[in-house]
Amino acid sequence: MNAAIAVIRRDLLLAMRRKSEVMTALFFFIIVVSLFPLGIGPEPVLLKKIAPGILWVAALLATMLGLARLFAPDHADGTLEQMALSPTPMGVLIAGKIAAHWITTGLPLVLLAPVLGIQFDLDGAALGILVVALLLGTPLLSLIGAIGAALTLGLRGGGVLLSLLVLPLYVPTLIFGAGAVEMVVSGMSAAGHLSLLAAMLALALFFAPWATTAALRIALE
Amino acid sequence: MLSATGLTCVRGERRLFSGLDLAVGAGEWLHVQGENGAGKTSLLRILAGLAPAAEGEIRWHAEPIGALAEEYRRHLLFLGHHGAVKEELTPLENLTFSARLDGASLAEAEALQALARFGLRGREDLPVRFLSAGQKRRVLLARLAVRKAQLWILDEPFTALDVKAVDMLSRLIIDHVGSGGSAILTSHQSIPLPHGRALRL
Repeated sequence: MNAAIAVIRRDLLLAMRRKSEVMTALFFFIIVVSLFPLGIGPEPVLLKKIAPGILWVAALLATMLGLARLFAPDHADGTLEQMALSPTPMGVLIAGKIAAHWITTGLPLVLLAPVLGIQFDLDGAALGILVVALLLGTPLLSLIGAIGAALTLGLRGGGVLLSLLVLPLYVPTLIFGAGAVEMVVSGMSAAGHLSLLAAMLALALFFAPWATTAALRIALE
Repeated sequence: MLSATGLTCVRGERRLFSGLDLAVGAGEWLHVQGENGAGKTSLLRILAGLAPAAEGEIRWHAEPIGALAEEYRRHLLFLGHHGAVKEELTPLENLTFSARLDGASLAEAEALQALARFGLRGREDLPVRFLSAGQKRRVLLARLAVRKAQLWILDEPFTALDVKAVDMLSRLIIDHVGSGGSAILTSHQSIPLPHGRALRL
């Protein structure tokens, strides 16, 4: 556990020193979401209807941006080797890396989303559910993405393959995440969608670090 | 302590070595020699448990390393071609992180002392990317000094080091072997250390 916390702290420190990577994903999210109201024009009814989908697609693509660099630097400089040789099980360390990825890319999106949601004329209840849905959904994106990043590690053209591999797996998260907000906008309860997101998150928390570690061990051989 | 029997390594279509036996006891060290591409690095990675051998078995205190897993890794220190040193972090942060990864906690005073011993005094808080190649290797050597492992597996540890650092590393290895540890290392230079045996691939 100590070693996992050390991994998280180190990754956050690295993110602080390489701010541009974190900022790129964040600005991408802000710009994409803000371009839609500008492009579509002042039509509150239409904007309110497409808001959940746009916010979720933008969050999903913003998460994808940094995925290829999740394990690549550690692979190149031998840190991954040292993690595989650590007395702490590698799965625990990798869970730490995924947590750090979420803190640097997922969490800022969660915090920014309600501010950006105002552009789409979403009301308080919808913004609240948007935050809850993103809070459940963005860790899921990091966990699933980590499996894809590990499987394509060290491959030439891995970036394209990574998107092909991961985007279809993101579809359920997108449907239930955006669906939860749509339910509230149309006056119904979002509880069902949120429970499904939470169930998927619980499943991914259990299996994704393990699957990622298995893929990384193959990449290391 | 560490023994291997009938090791075979196959890379793609090529058989690098086969039927290799070796043993390293407490207070001994092994110098793996061979031409470029002979399979020295592959052998070390197999011994560390990073890559599987095509055939053969490796035992640590008579137990297969696959079964020991984390127990074996606790006693092992492996330094490969890439030193796992992060360019953006300072030597002190790198050293502290490696120690945590090894399951040990390292007091700052102890870390600073180890870095000073390797001529990095005054550079503890400078990101590693501002250091020279030799100084980066010295950060790794500081890790050797603070890590308490019984078995060292070092791949080309003398690369990029100046005469003084080569001396310091040699002394580290002598001390380690002298106090009952063992070491396996590759090097193209001949190493003037006692209690060593050579293995040609």
